Amino acid sequence: MQRRGRVHKMVQLSDFLVVSALLFAISIAGIFLNRKNMIIILMSIELMLLAVNINFIAFSHFSGDMAGQVFVFFILTVAAAEAAIGLAILMVLFRNRGTINVQEIDEMKG
Amino acid sequence: MESIYLAIPLAPLLGAIIAGLFGSKIGRKGAHIVTILGVGIACLLSFYVLKHIAFDGNAFNGNVYTWAAIDGLAFNVGFLIDNLTAMMMVVVTFVSLMVHIYTIGYMEHDEDNWPKGSLVGRHSYQRFFSYISLFTFSMLILVMSNNFMQLFFGWEAVGLVSYLLIGFWSTRETAIFANMKAFLVNRVGDFGFLLGIATVLMYFGSMDYAEVFAKAPEVEGVTMSIFGAEEWSVITVACLLLFVGAMGKSAQVPLHVWLPDSMEGPTPISALIHAATMVTAGIFMVARMSPLFELSTTALSVVLLVGAVTALFMGFIGIIQHDIKRVVAYSTLSQLGYMTVALGASAYGAAVFHLMTHAFFKALLFLAAGSVIIAMHHEQDMRKMGGLKKYMPITYWTSLVGSLALIGFPGFSGFFSKDLIIEAVHASSTPHAQIAYWMVLIGVFVTAFYSFRMFFLVFHGKERMDDHTREHLHESPWVVTVPLIALAIPAVISGYLLYPMVVGDFFKNVIAGVGTEGSLATEMKDHYHGIFAFIAHGLMSLPFWLAISGVGSAWFIYMRKPEIASWFYKHFRWLHTLLDNKYYLDAFNQRVFAGGAIALGKGLWAAGDRCLIDGCMVNGSAWIVKKFSAWSRYLQTGFMYHYAFSMIIGLLGLISWVIYKTNVLGISG
Amino acid sequence: MSFSLATPEIFLLSATCFILLLDVFLKDKFRSIGYWASLLALGVTLVLTYQSWTEAKALAFNGMFVHDTLSVVLKMAVLSIVTAIFVYSKPYLIDRKIFKGEFYSISLFATLGMMVMISANTLLMLYMGLELLSLSMYALVAFNRDNGRCTEAAMKYFVLGAIASGMLLYGMSLLYGLSGSIELSSIAEYVANQKIMSSVALLFALTFIIVGLGFKFGVAPFHMWVPDVYQGAPTPVTMMLASAPKIAVFAMTMRLLVGGMEFGSEGWQQMLIPLIVMSMVIGNIAAIAQTNLKRMLAYSTISHMGFVLLGFVSASEGGYSAAMYYAITYAITALGGFAILIALSHEDGDAEELDDLRGLSRRHPWYAFMMMLFLFSMAGVPPLVGFFAKLYILQAVVSAGFVWLAVIAVLMSVVGAFYYLRAIKLMYFDKPIDERSISMSISFNALLSVNGLLVVALGLTPSLMALCLIAIKQSI
Repeated sequence: MQRRGRVHKMVQLSDFLVVSALLFAISIAGIFLNRKNMIIILMSIELMLLAVNINFIAFSHFSGDMAGQVFVFFILTVAAAEAAIGLAILMVLFRNRGTINVQEIDEMKG
Repeated sequence: MESIYLAIPLAPLLGAIIAGLFGSKIGRKGAHIVTILGVGIACLLSFYVLKHIAFDGNAFNGNVYTWAAIDGLAFNVGFLIDNLTAMMMVVVTFVSLMVHIYTIGYMEHDEDNWPKGSLVGRHSYQRFFSYISLFTFSMLILVMSNNFMQLFFGWEAVGLVSYLLIGFWSTRETAIFANMKAFLVNRVGDFGFLLGIATVLMYFGSMDYAEVFAKAPEVEGVTMSIFGAEEWSVITVACLLLFVGAMGKSAQVPLHVWLPDSMEGPTPISALIHAATMVTAGIFMVARMSPLFELSTTALSVVLLVGAVTALFMGFIGIIQHDIKRVVAYSTLSQLGYMTVALGASAYGAAVFHLMTHAFFKALLFLAAGSVIIAMHHEQDMRKMGGLKKYMPITYWTSLVGSLALIGFPGFSGFFSKDLIIEAVHASSTPHAQIAYWMVLIGVFVTAFYSFRMFFLVFHGKERMDDHTREHLHESPWVVTVPLIALAIPAVISGYLLYPMVVGDFFKNVIAGVGTEGSLATEMKDHYHGIFAFIAHGLMSLPFWLAISGVGSAWFIYMRKPEIASWFYKHFRWLHTLLDNKYYLDAFNQRVFAGGAIALGKGLWAAGDRCLIDGCMVNGSAWIVKKFSAWSRYLQTGFMYHYAFSMIIGLLGLISWVIYKTNVLGISG
Repeated sequence: MSFSLATPEIFLLSATCFILLLDVFLKDKFRSIGYWASLLALGVTLVLTYQSWTEAKALAFNGMFVHDTLSVVLKMAVLSIVTAIFVYSKPYLIDRKIFKGEFYSISLFATLGMMVMISANTLLMLYMGLELLSLSMYALVAFNRDNGRCTEAAMKYFVLGAIASGMLLYGMSLLYGLSGSIELSSIAEYVANQKIMSSVALLFALTFIIVGLGFKFGVAPFHMWVPDVYQGAPTPVTMMLASAPKIAVFAMTMRLLVGGMEFGSEGWQQMLIPLIVMSMVIGNIAAIAQTNLKRMLAYSTISHMGFVLLGFVSASEGGYSAAMYYAITYAITALGGFAILIALSHEDGDAEELDDLRGLSRRHPWYAFMMMLFLFSMAGVPPLVGFFAKLYILQAVVSAGFVWLAVIAVLMSVVGAFYYLRAIKLMYFDKPIDERSISMSISFNALLSVNGLLVVALGLTPSLMALCLIAIKQSI
């Protein structure tokens, strides 16, 4: 690996980790910087899970252990279920409030 | 034997429990039968124990139960039964038994002493019996103890019962005041006592008498600093502190103020608790601790002076009292002073001997006074009595015996013990013993004077009571007179135990110095030439003539020329006022201590409670919490992104902690 | 076959699917058949779990699933609590006209999730169990779908919960990358060979995991969802949120931090301490300002969860078992408290304001007495179970040397006592605003009485604590 790496620069584990960390940070920023649309929050959550997936796949690939990739399948499934529930709640919310503006969802506080 | 030792205190306790908790079930008769039975058993067994210990020589020292053991320190319930204990047990149970019987007569119409239909007054008769039996139990525990812990238990228990009994007639304001006073003054003494026990525990590492005494020579040279750099001998400090306890319980100046007021209680307990037994607990304790006190001249000197002051100055007050019980009370104070003087002079045997004789004749005097009070329908003012001799012959003669014993008339018990004390003080090498000697000598005259003043005023002279009372005057019932007679006998003969008890080796190995060459006790033995020689010598000595002159002047002043008394009253009004106000000690306590405490309390309440605690700590902290609480509500904005932000902050906080932590570790290696 | 170890889970899954299908074919007036079927399913699962009682640790499904005393005890606790919740919530659901089969099937799935969490032996199982629980809970919170507050609470819970899951998952992925395995035992081996305090990557992974766990516990500063969700959710769901999942999260913490990273205790101890202190301070102090009873109880939960974590800080068997005891007994106490809220509710609105408690002793002395027991227990008044729970925790903490933490905990409990006592004062000394009489079914009252009895008896008899100690000892 090392010798080949010297010839043409291979993508390293750390590169994957940086990408995933960046995606994770973006998703978190998306959640609390976004003051408008609830759907963006749902998207950010998906992004967060994808960042984790990249981590798992990278680790799995570089260590040769398959469990990580299996884990990713489960995460994808759960993410799908989560999105479904999230959208369902969003629908109900819209029906009740007539808005999905994050700034208007503050009836309960204190 | 151990089971007998256990049975002695437990029998009265059982009686007290039955009479106290089931008083309404068993009724009056049941209550006094069960308690008298309990005390009677204890009394009989005590006599048996006295025989077993004193004549067969089987002293006992052992623990019967370990209550707790903490860090090598055992809290035991144990008995130390030697001659001193056996003697005390006999005195306590015998007097207690007499008082129990007497109470049947005295408390017969107790319901008259309560307001009509008062709830607290119900079953007061049974309650009273329960209390005095409980007292007997406590006192026995106190004297039988073999360690400081149990001693303190007994000490507090007798204090408690005393408190309950002084305030027995709880609907009377004066009784409540008196029991509060007794309680508080005794707290002062107990505080010292507890500190004394703590000092003993700290430096001796044990609470067991035998171990402490065995270690005493080792500790003799040890010093401690209390304030600043000045070094105090540990034994002196311990003894003085223990003696403060004795001062409270045995009513020595200046902690004597509670005893005269305690006469608010029913007369039987005045006889039992405030004359014969409980108040002598302090004397007993010091005698018990004699191996410690012997090692501290300073402590002995203090004891001596306190005793002498009490003996003389309390006698003076007795002269001007009009309440028959108060006269006896002041005479008790004065006699307790005599005992204390003897302790200070290292004549522990004499002190304990006087304790015993005093227990008999003072209980007798009190019960006689009680008998008079019953006859006078609870009138206690001597100015309204007089000429009772012909109405109450038994009371009259027994009182005479008591009074003669009290003034130390040769042949009566008080003579032997008191004379011995005076001789001992005279011969003592304790510092200031000579001052004390003169004080107790004058005390003899004073004692004789007030005793016979009372005697003449009550039994002789004009009948000053109203007609209604006179018509109903009669001798008291047998339950009253039998104890009087039963007490009159030891009031005379107990003095003849002088040789075995004091001069002989009765207290050898029990009280320090007895049986040792060169000690006071041995010296007295050398000068002793038989009981009749002692009496004959007494007839020649100064105290006897002082006593006789006291009786004579009392007779002259109060029977022959009452105008002398009023002349004195007129010209020495200041003296009378001084005595009438008891040297202003009560007023001083009331103003300075009580008033000061109240003022201090009010001040602390205003500054500390209301301002600091209520204002700053309670309300202040509540206010802060409330503010913070409102502020935290404000943080909870309801916006989802703020919530998420808070989570991110938390995450970042933890991450920065990680980076900080690992960096720091990285630098340090 | 090792499948047999998971018999209770397998049975519950089948039964839940059956109930889900059954409900489709039921007419509205036979709706209670679903209710009884759910109770039956829980009961049978409970019996199966009890029968699988073991003194030995056993693995199944290639090391994915662990079966030990700890899992049996916790599962039985969870199952009993969910059963009680079903009984308690029936009148509420009927009154609100949401007595639907979904409530039961979703709750049963949540229960299954908790059981999986409790028996998880790999990161994957932990995650799957947690998600099964969480997704079910999101749906349950939004269950009363025509209520604006309900849906708002569900939205908040969903979004924040998803972030927390994401973070937990991120931590798990790092942990997987470091140790090369998703099995907790291999992770434990890996951690044992590391110096936790100088391994940045490991601490990093740990941080994300702690955040995830902290959210699920609802400790500060990850607590913000708790009051809003407690308030918004229908009371039976709040009851569910406050009780059983806490036990499951305890199990998860036990598996992850103690089972997987016991040798890293130095690291997570120090990370937990600020969370605990903040939870106790914020939970107790913010509760004082609340006028809404459900919010007040939410803040009180925050402080109680601080106490549970405090047990972990001592990093000793005594501490873990004290935390377990605390989690279980708190769940039981909270159950009772919310049951009273259900009893006080009526068709036109939930009883959720503090004012609704006013004069309860005159309206229904028995409920008032029970509520007093629960509140006193939460405040930590002896001899109720809450006192002993706190006592065990404090004992463990003090013996681990964190005296100052114990002092803070006690001080904050004193602050906390204020709002519990205020509620009791309202019940006993104030005049009722609402004079309507309260009547509940016999089964509700009987269960409530048993619940009150447990709050007294569990404290007085040491058996539960002994059981916790055995379970913890055996699982480590």
